[in-house]
Amino acid sequence: MSKVGIVLISHSAKVVEGIKEIIRQVVKDVPIETAGGTDENEIGTSMEKIQTAITNANQGVGTLVFYDIGSAKMNAEIAIEMAETDQVTLIEAPILEGAYVGAVEASMDKSLNEICAAVEKAF
Amino acid sequence: MEMHVQDAIQWFQKTNEKIQQNKDYLTSLDQPIGDGDHGINMARGFQEVEKKLKGAEYTVVSDVLKDVAMTLMSKVGGASGPLFGTAFLKMSMATKGAATIDIATLAKGLEAATEGIKQRGKATEQEKTMIDVWSPVAYHVKEATSIQSEVLKEVAKQAMDNTKDMMATKGRGAYFKEKSIGHIDAGAASTYYIFEALAETLKN
Repeated sequence: MSKVGIVLISHSAKVVEGIKEIIRQVVKDVPIETAGGTDENEIGTSMEKIQTAITNANQGVGTLVFYDIGSAKMNAEIAIEMAETDQVTLIEAPILEGAYVGAVEASMDKSLNEICAAVEKAF
Repeated sequence: MEMHVQDAIQWFQKTNEKIQQNKDYLTSLDQPIGDGDHGINMARGFQEVEKKLKGAEYTVVSDVLKDVAMTLMSKVGGASGPLFGTAFLKMSMATKGAATIDIATLAKGLEAATEGIKQRGKATEQEKTMIDVWSPVAYHVKEATSIQSEVLKEVAKQAMDNTKDMMATKGRGAYFKEKSIGHIDAGAASTYYIFEALAETLKN
């Protein structure tokens, strides 16, 4: 069965790789895509990386997007607007703890709305 | 005035030139009240813009603006990327399809760009941001019957200088509250170079 995907956006590629590693210890079957750092892997975010991550994480039942600071949110908003779909949700939650809860919920075949509600309730 | 594809390309080549020349200055503005990467980020972004424009063929100005927007969003890295990116994307949408841009279309484009930045950054005038240059320039072009290069440049410069005495309530500078007074906002300075380049382009 298709599962809701998780996208992790951070100014640092190491941060999102680390978060993904933590989540993968418990959740193996949920798509997790990362968009960390600039195109040159320096500190920052790239709209193009975010767009790619959002597309790749969606198995058809939606994607939940987590971000860290500053430009990450604005670039995420633009990428979502451009995706022209209501299947992608940007959520306000701590990126590590939030994505952890989200991934666990997604692995239980919850819908995008149910996962959002669970994450929002947790923080 | 009329802006053709070639003028639009020249506008961004000139902008890139100015940003590269003032890279260290822009970074120095960002150091006391920011994270000190504005010049580096903008230089990287506009370098890529120039490269992108060089390698493509255009028939309408709005396509040039769209490529500028997309490149800045992906290459700048910091918050200036999505903000300047949104500005040029909105400008592209407002001028869509026009082979040449006249003064009324330019005014429409600048107004849309300013609104876009306000919306994206959730900020408004007098908060010591790039909006404090975009907004007066957009207003000036809207009210003007013809573009006088020197006047346009002066409006942008005055607007940039005015950010010096403002206290930042939005953007990275806001963390520094009163301490932000006395420094020109880095985003406002970059915006000045963009309009200085526009003024020089439209002069020819």
